[in-house]
Amino acid sequence: MMSKEFSFVGKRVPKLDAPEKVTGQIAYGHDMKLPRMLYGKILRSEYAHAQILNIDTSRAEALPGVRAVITAEDIPDMRIGWARDHPVLKAGKVRSVRDEIAAVAAVDEDTASEALELIKVEYEELPGVFDPEEAMKPGAPVLHGEAPNNIQEKMRQSYYHGDVEKGFSESDVVIEDRLTLPFVTHCCMGTSFILADFSPSGDLTVWSSTQMPFLYQRDLSMVLGIPASKIRVIKAPVGGAFGSKLDMYPFEPICVLLAQRTGCPVRITYTREEEFVVGPTRQPVICDVKSGAKGDGTLTARQVSMILDNGAYSSWGATTPLVMMQTISSLYRVPNVKYDVVVAYTNNPYSGAMRGYGNPQATFVVETHIDMLAHELGMDPMEFRLKNANQSGDVTGQGVKITTCGLTECIEKAAESVTWKAKRAKPDARGVGMASLIHVGGGARIYPSDGCGSTVKVDDFGKVTLISGSTDMGQGADTVMAQIVAEELGVPVANVTVVNADTDITPWDVGAHASRTTFVAGNSARLAAMDAKSQILEGAAENLGEKAEDLDMKEGKIFRKGEPEESIPFEKMVRSKHFRPDGDIVLARGWYEPPTERQDKEFRGNISAAYGFATQAVEVEVDTQTGEVTVLKIAAAHDVGRAINPMAVEGQIHGGVSMGLGYGLYEELVVEEGQVLNPNFADYALPTALDMPEIDTIIVETDDPAGPFGAKGMAEPACIPTAPAIANAVYDAVGVRIKDLPITPEKVLKALNQKKESEEEK
Amino acid sequence: METLTMRLNGEEVTVQVEADALLIDVLRERLGFMGTKEACGEGECGACTVLLDGRPVTSCLVPARKAHGREVLTVEGLASGGELHPLQKAFIEHGAVQCGYCTPGMLMSAKALLDRNLHPTDEEIREAISGNLCRCTGYVKIVEAIKAASAG
Repeated sequence: MMSKEFSFVGKRVPKLDAPEKVTGQIAYGHDMKLPRMLYGKILRSEYAHAQILNIDTSRAEALPGVRAVITAEDIPDMRIGWARDHPVLKAGKVRSVRDEIAAVAAVDEDTASEALELIKVEYEELPGVFDPEEAMKPGAPVLHGEAPNNIQEKMRQSYYHGDVEKGFSESDVVIEDRLTLPFVTHCCMGTSFILADFSPSGDLTVWSSTQMPFLYQRDLSMVLGIPASKIRVIKAPVGGAFGSKLDMYPFEPICVLLAQRTGCPVRITYTREEEFVVGPTRQPVICDVKSGAKGDGTLTARQVSMILDNGAYSSWGATTPLVMMQTISSLYRVPNVKYDVVVAYTNNPYSGAMRGYGNPQATFVVETHIDMLAHELGMDPMEFRLKNANQSGDVTGQGVKITTCGLTECIEKAAESVTWKAKRAKPDARGVGMASLIHVGGGARIYPSDGCGSTVKVDDFGKVTLISGSTDMGQGADTVMAQIVAEELGVPVANVTVVNADTDITPWDVGAHASRTTFVAGNSARLAAMDAKSQILEGAAENLGEKAEDLDMKEGKIFRKGEPEESIPFEKMVRSKHFRPDGDIVLARGWYEPPTERQDKEFRGNISAAYGFATQAVEVEVDTQTGEVTVLKIAAAHDVGRAINPMAVEGQIHGGVSMGLGYGLYEELVVEEGQVLNPNFADYALPTALDMPEIDTIIVETDDPAGPFGAKGMAEPACIPTAPAIANAVYDAVGVRIKDLPITPEKVLKALNQKKESEEEK
Repeated sequence: METLTMRLNGEEVTVQVEADALLIDVLRERLGFMGTKEACGEGECGACTVLLDGRPVTSCLVPARKAHGREVLTVEGLASGGELHPLQKAFIEHGAVQCGYCTPGMLMSAKALLDRNLHPTDEEIREAISGNLCRCTGYVKIVEAIKAASAG
């Protein structure tokens, strides 16, 4: 591996903030307090769909310790979300049990909770609609007057390349199925929070759990009418995000309004139940899929039609079809593709962004059908995948330009790890299955800019401060940035401090999403470090009477190229550059905008500067008496371009696999008539340490020419192929195909019984 | 109000508490020991785990008065004499920390295990932390770190 030539890239550098975290010293939003701080709480709807007849807050207002009570009457009509269909406080009508009706600020949390109980709301319950197919039928209860058919028209999309009808007519095998995917949710261990504080001059500071500080600043400004120039957003340490903190939600402007009204700082932190009921979900999908192939195993056509449950309002989650589309159009070489999607409003919880952003659903659909096609053709599913695998240099029908692609190697290495050939298609109740993925790995241009800015400051003592637009949510981006700067600049990583996620200080970045931080912010940090290095070497050259191009710097020492044994500490040269009559300090900048394009009206275009690939192969054992599936091993082979920090890469893979395992076998947010029935960890089954199988992480390095030191984004992908790989392994083990997640023992047992009955009939 | 006297991280502490106060609230809100995290409030996730007379308890379910006259150890009491505890070092070095919200509780469950079993198997480690949920790591590096901090 090439990592040997690097000093810090490719090294297992411990997370910069780990010491603070293992000692309990780090202050998450939940731990923050300001003098005179009040606690905010929100009253939500009792009904999934109802007319609000009256709200009486008088008793709450009279409660000692209550400083403010607000309802929609007290504020202008404010609408948030990407489609601006979501009132911050609801007037007239509530459309889901999450709906915010009133908010209270009080001296402590108990008083705030007590005040909520004193608010009296009279409702007239309205018939609700909880199934997206039902919602689109004529005569269904209507949620929004602007959408009389309950369809979010902005997300009704149709994509095609080639001609699927022709593709199917030329196929030797064509299969058609319906697959369905459930509500699941992020379960960040740290719940959502915000702390809002106004200065006497009216400047607003919020400490937030957002993963998109700059878009959040814009969103707060737009909804509250406060100039963005008077808003400072600081992302406080968060207990995980996984997409849940991509949007701004009503509790955030509500908290600011409470702070404005009381003149005191106000903090809102979610309880666990709120996090389950009020936090976003991954969107459930009803999917009809048709796929075709020739007898020799060449894919011919893929047609997918999806219905998404949007819930009552549109968050960023409503735009996940754009990501699903890429997998449907471009995972494996498919000459003819058609994709239609409709997003329907229901009185269910509204969906949001969650790790993979639609790709876990799309990959479940595509990889289930790839497996089924292989079996129809009588081919080894691994060989079928290899035959159709994407390759470096491919441009897909959607215009996705694949520069580096390790898919073939991922398939082969994952298969080898589970001894695929030896274990496949055996008569026992054990089986192997696999699934692959494609995902953006070089940014994702969904906004006019997909860039990131960085500043590198080098002080007189050799301390290097990277001020980065990027956002660390716990995944370890700061550490990776520090390694990149240390490598490029030629200083020890211990000299590097990272400052980020403060809109008053850090240069702009679109936010932590789309697995883009290492690639985009990493390239930006590298450019700033290059600039800093040339400033230092130019100063040194003047001082030493040398030419800058003849000098180099490594591990904090400046030397003539090729003569590293005779060196000067770099901080000495920084000082000599500074302390002279025409002196200057070392202050460097980097701005990186990936060389990509926005999609055209037909959704074609290359939105990412690189693409990540992976294959996970799984071995399972199925108990045919109980239907229980035990995962014995997961081999996860990921093309990450280059692992800047292999320990962090492994950590992302392990965590993603456990999330994928949950999606595959255990997790479902049970929603009935719009009510969440399992809003706690006792009833929502998160994988525990005892549920985790052996994971073999296989890092495939393709050294992407556009990535920082060759790296591509890799964090979301880890959770994407696990569930379909498990489903495919279950089929290999016992011959039943589970088409809706999670794969519960009940579903497996039912399928086994049906299989037995149909075999007996024969 | 009741008088609660306990030995907290090796030092005697006396505090007046409401009769129904929970240990986590006394630790965090009254005494400022914010290292202990509340992530569910129902004793289901283990983030609030502290040691009560050496045994792991979910402090969000324990009435504070139960700690009277007893030893309480929180994450802040793990390091001693300016030296991190071997578990803390191992968590750092093995990449067992990501968002870190489950980390204090994980460390306390792990300490309780190693205090009674110097040579745990992987299975015993997994069992010991099975009440501590983590969404970031898949537990792999946490198990590795605990193993590394054990006597092998």
